[in-house]
Amino acid sequence: MKNHEYQQIDPQALVTPTPTPPPRPLPEHKPRRARRRWEVFPGKNRFCCDGRMIAARQSGVLPLTLGLILLTSGLFFIFDCPFLVKHLTSCIPAIGGVLFVFVIISLLQTSFTDPGILPRATPEEAADIEKQIDNPTGSSSSYRPPPRTKEVVINQQVVKLKYCFTCKIFRPPRTSHCSLCDNCVERFDHHCPWVGNCVGKRNYRFFYTFIISLSFLTAFIFGCVTTHLTLRSQGGNGLVFALQASPASALELVVCFFSVWSILGLSGFHTYLVATNLTTNEDIKGSWSGKSGNEDVGNPYSYNSIIKNCCSVLCGPMPPSLIDRRGFVPSDDSVQTSPVEIELPAAKNDINMVGRAVTSGRPLPRPPVITLQQPAISIQSHSTA
Amino acid sequence: MTTELFLHNLQELRHSASLANKVFIQRDYTDGTVCKFQTKFPSELESRIERTLFEDTVKTLNNYYAEAEKIGGQSYLEGCLACLTIYLIFLCIETRYEKVLKNISRYIQEQNEKVYAPRGLLITDPIQRGMRVVSLQSLQTSVCVCECMWSVEAACSSEAVVSPP
Repeated sequence: MKNHEYQQIDPQALVTPTPTPPPRPLPEHKPRRARRRWEVFPGKNRFCCDGRMIAARQSGVLPLTLGLILLTSGLFFIFDCPFLVKHLTSCIPAIGGVLFVFVIISLLQTSFTDPGILPRATPEEAADIEKQIDNPTGSSSSYRPPPRTKEVVINQQVVKLKYCFTCKIFRPPRTSHCSLCDNCVERFDHHCPWVGNCVGKRNYRFFYTFIISLSFLTAFIFGCVTTHLTLRSQGGNGLVFALQASPASALELVVCFFSVWSILGLSGFHTYLVATNLTTNEDIKGSWSGKSGNEDVGNPYSYNSIIKNCCSVLCGPMPPSLIDRRGFVPSDDSVQTSPVEIELPAAKNDINMVGRAVTSGRPLPRPPVITLQQPAISIQSHSTA
Repeated sequence: MTTELFLHNLQELRHSASLANKVFIQRDYTDGTVCKFQTKFPSELESRIERTLFEDTVKTLNNYYAEAEKIGGQSYLEGCLACLTIYLIFLCIETRYEKVLKNISRYIQEQNEKVYAPRGLLITDPIQRGMRVVSLQSLQTSVCVCECMWSVEAACSSEAVVSPP
């Protein structure tokens, strides 16, 4: 077999059959458009305006939310406001206008702001964490905690930090992984389909402003439409006449009546959460309510003062976005070839070319430094806790 | 023979590369969700830098982050003003947090120039790692490892060609 191969070796004859000539001077010589980081973002998100705006990939019912708000408000301004201005006061459209602007802007901000996404760990960080999990320093030999959790004491409370297999990090306290967006989000509240985005640390205040202003707007429109219909049905005309005179008001009445209860309820619930410095996620899971029977469990993040809790949640400093959306991806990240596999098949066929290449110092594809660490990563395969 | 030589070189490189591995200073969550890094001195840096210098750097960074996240008069004013303008003011002005982050970048650059580069180390700004870690890497050995790998693989490929399959 080996004789057969050696006889076949002929530099001139074998250069042509190979589809890709091995001695490529540089791996990627043609100029490639520099890509921005949002284009290679691993989570399930959608980006607009060249990475300036971010939303979940599934927009949920955001178009419905926007449509309902615009339709109801539009009908209100067109059909109810002229009558009310004539019979009552011109403050009504002014107040309605301000509330409407508040609602729309805060809705768009909630939908298109980064909720506090944590970027995934780099391969070196992931390897470092794997090493620490296998060789825990200072752990007693008698009891070993289940792998992939870490315990921290915060304000005399024991908090368990879980390891995220997707993002390869130990999640900070109050952080949760959203399966719809496939991202870890800091101070994760919930994924809201009505706004088409997660609600987290960075956009909670926009979300709260949205639901409060929407409650006011819905209640305001409901009140104004009721007043409008009442005024029209006065003088012996009756409600049916009023509805016939202004059919749009009937539609507004129905929409507002059904939505005001749920929105008011949601506002009340979130006001409670803000006052106690809780997230929806923690409240639903009962993390601090002591459901396990342990009476000493309490919220370690609360300041034990309603005003201070409200101020810290709503008026606290605005944290920066941790994902670099508009930065450029470094060009050498795109070369991920394994050098040995490329070289050997060509080398088998052509002694002279490779031999010449080695002695002349032809640049081989540069191996990534990380290759030394890769065997360490592949060994670890623990079962999940 | 070839494989043994390759593995032997690889083991030598692994030993020297253990110093070239990045050292990661993880977050300290004992004070809650505020940004704070552990001041525990990593054993890998024992021969590279003095303990006090390292701890000073981490403590200063922690102070900067505490200042950025402080809830006090200025943050309330900023928050209330932002609320009244439906948070559109964030599009126009630079928040206090962003100003402090710029100071932090400047501080890290200064520390790298004055303290860490003379000792062959480099600190990476935590914001570039999503505020998860402060990473320290060795300047010189990472370059050496690349060159060694290069020559080992060149030797391998030439030996693999000569010996028949």
